[in-house]
Amino acid sequence: MSILLDRESRIVVQGITGSEGSFHTRESVKMGTKVVAGVTPGKGGTQMDGIPVYERVSDAVNLQGANVSGIYTPAAFAPDAIFEALEAGIKLIVCMTEGIPVAEMIKVKQALKGSGTRMIGPNCPGIATPGVGKVGFMPNFTLRPGNVGVVSRSGTLTYEMIWQLTGLGIGQSTAIGIGGDPIVGSGFIDVLELYEQDPETEAIVMIGEIGGTAEEEAAEFIRSRVTKPVVSFIAGRTAPPGRRMGHAGAIISGGKGTAEEKFKALERAGVLVEKNPAEIGRRIQETLKAKAAGS
Amino acid sequence: MGFWHFRGLRGKEARKSWRYGMKIHEYQAKELLRSCGIPVPRGKVASTPEEARAIADELKRPSVVKAQIHAGGRGKGGGIKLAASSDEAAAAARAILGMQLVTHQTGPEGRKVRKVLVEEATAIGKELYLSLVVDRSRGRECAVFMASEAGGMDIEQVAATNPEKIVRCAVHPAVGFSPFQARKLAVALGLDAQQRKTFAEIVRNLYRLFLDKDCSLVEINPLAITGEGQLLALDTKINFDDDGLYRHPEIRDMRDPDEEEPLEVIAKNASVNYIKLDGNVGCMVNGAGLAMTTMDLIKMAGGEPANFLDVGGGASPEQIEKAFRILTSDPNVKCILVNIFGGILRCDRVSAGLIQAAAKIDMKLPMVVRLQGTNVEEGRRMLQESGLRFTVADGLYEAAQKAVALLG
Repeated sequence: MSILLDRESRIVVQGITGSEGSFHTRESVKMGTKVVAGVTPGKGGTQMDGIPVYERVSDAVNLQGANVSGIYTPAAFAPDAIFEALEAGIKLIVCMTEGIPVAEMIKVKQALKGSGTRMIGPNCPGIATPGVGKVGFMPNFTLRPGNVGVVSRSGTLTYEMIWQLTGLGIGQSTAIGIGGDPIVGSGFIDVLELYEQDPETEAIVMIGEIGGTAEEEAAEFIRSRVTKPVVSFIAGRTAPPGRRMGHAGAIISGGKGTAEEKFKALERAGVLVEKNPAEIGRRIQETLKAKAAGS
Repeated sequence: MGFWHFRGLRGKEARKSWRYGMKIHEYQAKELLRSCGIPVPRGKVASTPEEARAIADELKRPSVVKAQIHAGGRGKGGGIKLAASSDEAAAAARAILGMQLVTHQTGPEGRKVRKVLVEEATAIGKELYLSLVVDRSRGRECAVFMASEAGGMDIEQVAATNPEKIVRCAVHPAVGFSPFQARKLAVALGLDAQQRKTFAEIVRNLYRLFLDKDCSLVEINPLAITGEGQLLALDTKINFDDDGLYRHPEIRDMRDPDEEEPLEVIAKNASVNYIKLDGNVGCMVNGAGLAMTTMDLIKMAGGEPANFLDVGGGASPEQIEKAFRILTSDPNVKCILVNIFGGILRCDRVSAGLIQAAAKIDMKLPMVVRLQGTNVEEGRRMLQESGLRFTVADGLYEAAQKAVALLG
């Protein structure tokens, strides 16, 4: 089992003919991902590696039964691509695009509300369900099917963590990079909730970063709603705190956002906090062993 | 919105989630406020004492001369002076221009002052606080006004000890600004009927400015009530979302490279995300999270990182080479740690960049290279065959330990 991306997922890639879009689509097909269509405005009617390319996302939905979209379009066109996927009835939107203005993301969040569509990203490495498929950048060789759910705000650091697990023979149910932007489609809490419900996920790795309050909010959620073990690392502990402009940031965040604050909040919530990121895999290994011995 | 920054960080910052984006000077921010009808003191910017004198002459009033640097706390550091006459304004400008202004936000080295704002001095009755930022909390993503009767320099203290003195008002993204919001804030600020009218206009225009220019922060502190009972924006800070700059060339042109670390300007032009730090282990990493983690590990291994450097996603060999040059031009760097986990960025591209750079730069520094990810075999093969001298590392912590060991 897995979350969000499974054997029923039929993917349309928006921006399939671009250099990143085509490279990562090919990589995803190599691991068995069902990419059923592509969309590039102006290139409708063509093909890429036998994958039909359409002018509109609705064509990909109607003609190929696409239900998941991967977006690789440049930042200036990405909000439009998201709105188009939403309007076409796509149920999972995964947006890798970096550099979407915050003002546009506020509109996107508004459009997502009540739509029944989930979005991962933007500015994220995407989602992978080992053995089934992926949308985004996660390197194929790092992935291995299994029972650990991974959720992270980072990109490459996520691959690192998955690679560590795989190196120890520990597979993943699903791995998700939620993205590093101030406003993202799905946060830690949304993903943690899905892992908690997923019967195949036995433990969760959560990788955070300094800044914002997403980890503090997640800690509160874990304390009250997550029964599965969570191992967590926060990047940026040694980033020297420094200047800031204006007072508004301090006022609105109420002094949260440092790595120490986040580690503390997570510890209080019963999360297995690990300050050496090279030890995350080992901590999960211990956790799974203890769980197996206990049951 | 996060507020943790790396020291010395100016302009584009390492991670959007904990940065405010591009900064501008007070005089530029006031011009923006003026252009959208928000009352600011009369005044102009000067680069010489003579210009300052001319402006003060024109004002025909006592003036205040304010150092223009991208940092707060200027008054305490001697960067703000009152002048009763144009002679005094010229003298004040002479004292401030060229000084190395040290405030709690500049670091001990201070910042060189190149411009002063000369504006009419105002008798202040009361100092209010008004700002607009994005609240990114889950489920509440929207712009939010914050206002307080207790404006001025101690506003953060107020937020910590008397949070009830700060009133918030969120702007629904689909609805936009609605006049009741201004009323709600105005009553909380204790404004009289006449002031409320002006205030409503200020709030409306501030929201429009925020949206129109992709601001990440607009702060008026203090929003003064003058001796005559008028509202006036006495000091203001405006920051912009870097990702919105592509559609505001006029804002991008306000960038002041003098306010930025020279190496960081070079890095920005090469689209490399670089922040200079105080240590001696230079690191080149892909991805902000992994770059921060690499710094954490260097420190854990007993070393000090010399920088934060994220070469980004689709970096070309040319970009890798530029990143490498930036890294090695910091004289404090005694060894280099390259830590690349290829996802978007392919390892063969990194190797090509390293080889290209090493061929052009006379590399004497010891180097640890750790490559993992997409096209890693090809990347490693290229390095092996290049004859480049380096220490190979496999593990994450191992790489940091080997780099620190190279320091001797």
